Amino acid sequence: MWGLNPDRFVTTNNLRSMAFQLPEIGILTLGMMVAMLHGGINLSIVGLANLTGITVALVLHAISPQGAGTDAGWFNGLLSVIAGLCVSLAVGFLQGVLIGFAGVSAILATLGTMTLVNGACVLITHGSTLTGFPNTILFLGNGSLGVVPIPLLLFLICAVLLSVLLRRTTFGFSVYMLGTNQEATKFAGINNRLVLLKVYLLSSVLASIAGLVMMGRFNSVKADYGQSYLLITVLAAVLGGTSASGGFGKVLGVVLAVIMLQLIASGLNLLGVDPFFAIATWGVILLMVMTLNHFLRPGA
Amino acid sequence: MKHAREMKSLASKSEFYLFFLILILGATFTFANPKFLALQNILDLLKSYSFFGILSVGELVVLLSGGIDISFTAIAQVAEYVTVAVILQYGGNLIAAILISCAIGIILGLANGLLIHFLRIPPIITTIATLNLYFGALYVISTGNIIYRVPQFYQDLSNATLPGGVPMVVGLWTGVVIVTGLILRYTLLGRSIYALGGNPAAAERVGFKVLHTRLFVYSFIGLSSGFGSIVHTALVQSAIPNSIVGHELDVLAAVVLGGANIFGGSGSLIGTFMGVGLLAMLGNGLTLMGISSYWNDVVVGCVLLVGVTFSSLQRMLLASRRANVLVEQEGL
Repeated sequence: MWGLNPDRFVTTNNLRSMAFQLPEIGILTLGMMVAMLHGGINLSIVGLANLTGITVALVLHAISPQGAGTDAGWFNGLLSVIAGLCVSLAVGFLQGVLIGFAGVSAILATLGTMTLVNGACVLITHGSTLTGFPNTILFLGNGSLGVVPIPLLLFLICAVLLSVLLRRTTFGFSVYMLGTNQEATKFAGINNRLVLLKVYLLSSVLASIAGLVMMGRFNSVKADYGQSYLLITVLAAVLGGTSASGGFGKVLGVVLAVIMLQLIASGLNLLGVDPFFAIATWGVILLMVMTLNHFLRPGA
Repeated sequence: MKHAREMKSLASKSEFYLFFLILILGATFTFANPKFLALQNILDLLKSYSFFGILSVGELVVLLSGGIDISFTAIAQVAEYVTVAVILQYGGNLIAAILISCAIGIILGLANGLLIHFLRIPPIITTIATLNLYFGALYVISTGNIIYRVPQFYQDLSNATLPGGVPMVVGLWTGVVIVTGLILRYTLLGRSIYALGGNPAAAERVGFKVLHTRLFVYSFIGLSSGFGSIVHTALVQSAIPNSIVGHELDVLAAVVLGGANIFGGSGSLIGTFMGVGLLAMLGNGLTLMGISSYWNDVVVGCVLLVGVTFSSLQRMLLASRRANVLVEQEGL
């Protein structure tokens, strides 16, 4: 494994690039994790990330068409980011209503919204790439606060906030309860429908933030970026201890899992491994982790 | 008994709505462009969707049993590519191709079934994993090489027609539907599939062999994916390592639109056929109406969302009605 040779692997450059790449997957995984905690899944997170980026691009272009590398002013940047977040929230709201109030299964609701969102992205961009973001946006993806990259900071903030939300609030506890036993939760007096609505609002916000980071890093948005991320987020969530049938999972576990996967991804990259071999490897790792889970935690 | 009748009438209701919807859509599209209803257009449409249709039959069987499989596109992809490569290398005819494809499909599907049953991994996660595993492995072994010229018998298969001008591949699709229908309706295995989907614990207690049923359904979708890949090769006249993967959720959408319950236990072949028909019509009709294909996914997404919401609300209504009846009966 000469790719993991300390001289090549643990260089500042390499660590830096990993620290920039990791947050995208990390924030997306947090979004997936929240949906898995109640026993569901969110297939639309990558689509929402792309939709957010595209919305930001459109709004920004509409209110300040200055182009790449320029300073569009922080107010315009803020406005377009909020627009992006709102669009994503709207979709999350729809998902929450369908899953919480209409009883639609999570797979189907998020499948439908994923198709719709992807379609909207393709429709708006006509399949082309939108590029040339002003510095204000690029800062989100490439800037640093001292030695800490902004994306990593965002990821850490999201992780901490989510952890507090899950462990210390009634809402958080209700999510775990829903994942364990939906009927019992209802009889315990929890408003299941409202909790489910909030879960998908939260999931879509996280997906949206990931989209902002992706947009900042790539300096471009496209309808089908990050298609391979979906599997990896499921893998990271499961690797981090989130139970696929709901009820168990910790943010810390997910963070560690994401770091580990990033190390493996960078290692494979340095080894010059075929990207499709990496895809197959993710599949194998997911199967291995689930197998281990089966033997070590028969209850989960 | 009354509940059984209610369930049956509900099922036939949802297919009825679907049929009605197809009629309305058909009328709208024909009004917008009379070429839509032309026999040749319909036959061509059926022909180009036969592969999709065969895959949907397999997915229906898995859904009926309470499981789900999204790796079948990768299974079909592997079956297609390996079969073409082997035939080009060693020679063979259509029968050999069918045998090879089906064998590959069964083996890969069986692997899924074993993982899902013995390791108790939720089917969605298992099949996400095997989708990437099979697809990644195929790409690595094939080095992304596209095969442009496939053996002649694929072309013959594509051109062959049954009496009446119906394309042979549509006949194959119909054959798959009939065989599956016979299995589901007249065999104990078919009963066990519905039972497993309806209530796994009860099915086991009644004596159905859960292991055999599970292994069967996942092997079956593998088999139909393998068989379908022959049709696909005939239709596209090439073997491209990534031509099939990516559409698994479209097939799932068709089956679900056709009234199959994602939690298992109910669904019908007629419904699935209509679901496929609906998606086919949307794709074709929109094009004939001159609406840009950029709208396709948006329309499909909307139809899917409306469809699943509708059937979910129907189900909730039925459940509450049943609960009310029980309450009345118990005198509570």
